[in-house]
Amino acid sequence: MSAPVRLAESPSTGTARGGVSLAEALNRALADAMAADERVVVYGEDVGKLGGVFRVTDGLAERFGEQRCFDSPLAESGIVGTAIGMAMFGLRPVVELQFDGFSYPAFNQVVSHLAKLRYRSQGRLDLPVVIRIPYGGGIGSVEHHSESPEVYYAHTAGLKVVTPSTPSDAYALLRAAIDCPDPVVFLEPKRRYWEREDVTLPSPAVALGSAAVRREGRDVTVLAYGPTVPVALAAAEEAVGEGWSVEVVDVRSLSPLDEETIVASARRTGRVVVVQEAPRLAGYGAELAAVVGEGAFGWLEAPVQRVTGFDTPYPPARFEGWYLPDADRVLDAIAVAMAY
Amino acid sequence: MRTDPSVGLETRLALYETMYRIRTFEKRAYDLFLSGLVKGTSHLSLGQEAIAAGFGEAMREDDWSFATYRGHAHALARRVPMAAIMGELMGRACGLMAGKGGSMHLTSVEHHMMGSYAIVGAHLPIAAGAALTAQQLGTGQVAVCFFGDGATNIGAFHEALNLAAVWRLPVVFVCENNLYMEYTPIAAVTAVPRPAADRASAYGLEPIVVDGNDADVVLETAARVLDRARSGEGPSLVEALTYRHGGHSRADPGKYRPDDEVATWLARDPVLRYRERLLDGGLEAGVIEGVERAVDDAVAEATEAARSSPPPDPDLLYRDVFADGGASWRN
Ligand SMILES: Cc1ncc(C[n+]2csc(CCOP(=O)(O)OP(=O)(O)O)c2C)c(N)n1
Ligand SMILES: [Mg+2]
Repeated sequence: MSAPVRLAESPSTGTARGGVSLAEALNRALADAMAADERVVVYGEDVGKLGGVFRVTDGLAERFGEQRCFDSPLAESGIVGTAIGMAMFGLRPVVELQFDGFSYPAFNQVVSHLAKLRYRSQGRLDLPVVIRIPYGGGIGSVEHHSESPEVYYAHTAGLKVVTPSTPSDAYALLRAAIDCPDPVVFLEPKRRYWEREDVTLPSPAVALGSAAVRREGRDVTVLAYGPTVPVALAAAEEAVGEGWSVEVVDVRSLSPLDEETIVASARRTGRVVVVQEAPRLAGYGAELAAVVGEGAFGWLEAPVQRVTGFDTPYPPARFEGWYLPDADRVLDAIAVAMAY
Repeated sequence: MRTDPSVGLETRLALYETMYRIRTFEKRAYDLFLSGLVKGTSHLSLGQEAIAAGFGEAMREDDWSFATYRGHAHALARRVPMAAIMGELMGRACGLMAGKGGSMHLTSVEHHMMGSYAIVGAHLPIAAGAALTAQQLGTGQVAVCFFGDGATNIGAFHEALNLAAVWRLPVVFVCENNLYMEYTPIAAVTAVPRPAADRASAYGLEPIVVDGNDADVVLETAARVLDRARSGEGPSLVEALTYRHGGHSRADPGKYRPDDEVATWLARDPVLRYRERLLDGGLEAGVIEGVERAVDDAVAEATEAARSSPPPDPDLLYRDVFADGGASWRN
């Protein structure tokens, strides 16, 4: 586990110091949700006193008391298991699993119980649990601390899976996730925690299950989510120099998936590139490619291109630059699509 | 709730009725398996009835039960209607979960039977979470979590005990030690002789081992640990020694167990033993027979109701995946 990371000094509500960071937006969303609903409780390893290793829960224990925000033992199955029991009976737990790789010890609880208890109880049980997981690479921290486990969760019926790419979405999606009567796996792109946006919180509401067109374009659609959205946007900007007009769609909700927005964009441009940090085989991009194939086959000029991590364990820092999709690789894929 | 160990006649009869009901129901369920009316596998508590009955009797109506795949007994002890359970085993529309759960997943929120969990150990943290809710909301409820000896060797057991102890949660962990983890003697795979009790001290808890085939002892223990939980003194871990009369599951004849061991435990049959105790205590045989007849009739009726219920609507498959109903966007 990494040492605690220092974030900005004050949870910001406005544009001071050049906007709000993604971590601050999450912190504010938690605080607002806790203030709005006393059933919301926040816990996890180092979440209470310290305020989380990424400082997302900073100040919450102080403000809301140790009953509402507290430290748990190192026990991921215990953390998610207790959250299930709490949610069954009227609390709204928001738990933090410190890093992507540490979500696996809780996998059994998430997949076998959290996702299935509504079904098993004939719809009698609400499971309003939010599992926050800092995920993805880019911080030089090798496997366990850099993984992209999104498909494990998206594949599981009964779970909602979202991942914001901007501070304003981080705020809005976390509020929506906490309000949701179903369990939500909330994947936080950890290398974007410190990126700032000029936004005033609370940001406008976003429904779970909606994608966002981040940049309009005519020639190619790039589908990205979480940490890869800024990569796609950078590639789109560079593509202008090549004379290509690139549309960027931030998928942001992996389950449920906004097929409509994605298919509509694919039909408009006729070319699609998907970007993910996760390994290629059976990744979320494969699902996106299939959805595009099913919904826009007659409109396509080129096969869907995938830009992904490699089918290897997530590598140490020195390899990271090769492993992670960057704007150049996205641009190469755009070029391939354009060559058809 | 009864804390008095010298239990009255009414309670004793209720204990016997519950044990006899579990026994009769499960024997019938087994017959239905053999005749092909119940599909899939199932795990019976024949021989272990006193534990479910004793706790069921001591629990407050709104206390929660969390059970394993060996869960019929606990659903019955919480008075889930027999026709609903039988229907569930047969996969009929009248089933407790409209046929979607089956033998291993009996769940009835209205009876505070909060589910049968078929991943060993997984429900201990969930029960702890329920207890955390009771503690935070001050409802006075206690979560009771039943599991086998095998569960004491999986991580979730230890995570839950530590969590519950450190947060002083109103939860009772009940290990039904039937000496076998499926086909393997628990002693062969466990570092200590008493799989649950010998771990208690690691969590600052009292080691409690009781005769799980004696309904009076179970009732008395249950009342004590429930009281403790309810009065804010924290969790307990109870190891109740018992033995299953049959195999692990439907497919298992249980041949790996030594004959003398089986004989010893059959002689300690909790149902017969309790019946004798009632007679020795001066209760008239006619009264007991009356209880038994009523149960026999109710089981027959439940079986008939389940048998004549139609299969579930296939459309149900898609329902209750999410709060807004199904998963139509996926299907
Ligand atoms: C995590 C997990 N591993 C393996 C199994 C398969 N399995 C089902 S029951 C069982 C034995 C459990 O024994 P015990 O806990 O003593 O309970 P009992 O069946 O005796 O009631 C095993 C290995 C399982 N259900 N869950
Ligand atoms: Mg056992």
